[in-house]
Amino acid sequence: MPTRVLTAVAVSLLLGASGALSQEGSAPVISGEGSTADHSKFKILQKEFTSGPEVTEACVSCHTEADDQVMHSIHFTWEFEHPGTGQLLGKRNVINAFCGNVAGNEPRCTSCHAGYGWDDMSQTPQQEAVTPDCLVCHDRSGEYTKTATGAGMPPLDPVKPGTKTITGAEAWPVDLSKAAQSVGMPGRENCGQCHFYGGGGDNVKHGDLSSVLFNPSRDVDVHMSPEGANMVCSDCHVSDQHSWAGSRYDVMAADTKGPGMPHERRDVATCQSCHGTAPHPATLKGVKLNDHTDKLACQTCHIPEFARGGVATKMEWDWSTAGKMGEDGKPLSVEDYTQGDGKHRHTYLATKGDFVWEENVAPIYEWFNGQVEYTLGDETIDPSKVVEVNRITGDPGDGGSRIWPFKRLDGRQAYDAGLNRLAYSHVWGPTTDSAFWTNFDWSKAIEAGMKAAGAEYSGEYGFVDTHMSWPITHMVAPAEEALDCAECHAADGRMAGIDGVYMPGRAPFSMAGVLGLALVAATALALGIHALGRIFTGKNGDAS
Amino acid sequence: MTERFVKIYPRFERFWHWTQMALIFVLMFTGLAVTGLNGLMPFGPAVMLHIVAALALIVLWVFAIFWHITTGTWVHYVPTTKGLFKVARFYAWGIFKGEKHPYRKAYWRKHNPLQALTYLALKLVLFPAIWVTGVIYLTYNFWDSSVPNATLWLTIVANLHLLAGFAIAAFVLAHVYLLTVGGSFRAHVRPMVTGFDKVDLTPEEESYLEQDEPVRIR
Repeated sequence: MPTRVLTAVAVSLLLGASGALSQEGSAPVISGEGSTADHSKFKILQKEFTSGPEVTEACVSCHTEADDQVMHSIHFTWEFEHPGTGQLLGKRNVINAFCGNVAGNEPRCTSCHAGYGWDDMSQTPQQEAVTPDCLVCHDRSGEYTKTATGAGMPPLDPVKPGTKTITGAEAWPVDLSKAAQSVGMPGRENCGQCHFYGGGGDNVKHGDLSSVLFNPSRDVDVHMSPEGANMVCSDCHVSDQHSWAGSRYDVMAADTKGPGMPHERRDVATCQSCHGTAPHPATLKGVKLNDHTDKLACQTCHIPEFARGGVATKMEWDWSTAGKMGEDGKPLSVEDYTQGDGKHRHTYLATKGDFVWEENVAPIYEWFNGQVEYTLGDETIDPSKVVEVNRITGDPGDGGSRIWPFKRLDGRQAYDAGLNRLAYSHVWGPTTDSAFWTNFDWSKAIEAGMKAAGAEYSGEYGFVDTHMSWPITHMVAPAEEALDCAECHAADGRMAGIDGVYMPGRAPFSMAGVLGLALVAATALALGIHALGRIFTGKNGDAS
Repeated sequence: MTERFVKIYPRFERFWHWTQMALIFVLMFTGLAVTGLNGLMPFGPAVMLHIVAALALIVLWVFAIFWHITTGTWVHYVPTTKGLFKVARFYAWGIFKGEKHPYRKAYWRKHNPLQALTYLALKLVLFPAIWVTGVIYLTYNFWDSSVPNATLWLTIVANLHLLAGFAIAAFVLAHVYLLTVGGSFRAHVRPMVTGFDKVDLTPEEESYLEQDEPVRIR
């Protein structure tokens, strides 16, 4: 159970300082550092719980409004109506270039839902009377987890052999009582067990969110490292009534307000909300660096590479090659990539196709105003071109855009070749005769996926090249490892494709550069001819 | 008329000249690095040194302008056409025939007409062009929000700055080359080191200097 051990290590690192480390088999003495409430002393929690929802019931008997708050958050609704574009986003609605779509694959995907038993995307969790899961965020014992395919339910005794948790670890029977008595504010292992494993594995999706962040070294993440600020996710992703700052659908790309009054800003997770709008020291260099903040996001210089610390991220995912069987007639799997921490990663799976992994990846850069437009399932695409699954918008002249770093996945995924729309596919479903991962038949899998999503399907499918962009904002390096000036201020530097800025050093042979060099060369030539004349005639005027 | 060594470059003028020379070399070296034409220095340190040297040069210029005005030295740069053509003809033609330089230095007029005109152009056109564009360039973040199309203007200003820099480089080439013309390079540089240069004096000037300013004449 390596992940469980890792989680325990991370928990002990976090709680070690306060001496609140739990002993194996007993609830921690103090739940949460400096808390006024020791939940292990609460009678209502001193019982044998037989299900997750039972624990939630106990929680809300005191925290009367908590469930209502959670049920209005994106962690629960998986739905986000974009205030700028009006698009209905959220996991419930979007198609991505990784695992595709939730609809039709619910119990697998909703294993990371902050609730218990949401198994039909066509219904809201409220319609399905789904109970919020308090423990997944608030368990501080390291005891709690969720089953990988259980629509959010934890593995309980007896656990069926071979059951996995949401992090891919071997599942263990969760002691709900112990978990309930341990509750406190969320630590990184709470957030990380879902967010570090997006896209079906460690760091697959984001590139800047991996299991390395459970206990990163200072050079990987200066904020989260125990050698650094030892911060947890919610130190930046501040919350108000169970609603968190830091949306990826509606990013605050440029924060010109700064920290405001102490503790004032509960609505943003920006760098500036702590570091201010002129964060560099009042030296000449610092002033010059501060001058960059009207064009650049902090992340652009301070996250020189993502997927650092030994865990790779998926950079290419080609679904079209999925379905190959090995010589033994079983689904083919190839582990051809060894990442920095020594772990092997699949480069081909019959279930998912071909992957390319990379580590220490230099991001690509785009002007970004914070708005991301999705190519939703009802949008017509041009399959002769690369389809942007999520379009990054921004303009150098709008004042609100900054140059941001991105991870870009090069994907190839199924689409409806008759209607020219991205396709939903039904991949997970061990007992269905249409799930791709069981039957390896795209026509059935897509037909079932479209049906589950309630989308019209022409019956023809193909594969289309896609891009998916992920703003890079985690794994902030220590200041001394920030991007060097010359990484961008150079011909063919990192900003080679960026318009709308004047950058010295980027074009040595600009018109002015060439004219200037020509002027100097012409002068040198004229003087050379003059000198030759003097040498040839052997005369040198007395120019005193 | 007698030829005597007279101090025509006072201490401040020599300090100004050589400090300016050093700063211009630093600025050209770092400027080329910032433009991407000089790989001997990394971009970041080049920018810092360029700014520091430029600010130092501007301070020096402020002092030099003050000095020119208060000492009346500015009259040396008043342009004249008298003898201008002769000097130009000498450099273009006469020099190859072994003619003698047509201009004789006076202690109240230390530059030949072509030289004076060149320095005047340098001081009134190129130097202001480089520092005005440089200051606008440097202070971009103070004006970008109040000027429409700020990036376009910055591009124009930066390119003008670059062109002015290359023009100054062209001047430096010609300036150094002319030190080799007529007499030795060392002999031409020496006055700017010691302050004393060979000057034609009338008997009245000579006796005035000997009696009233004996430290200025050797």
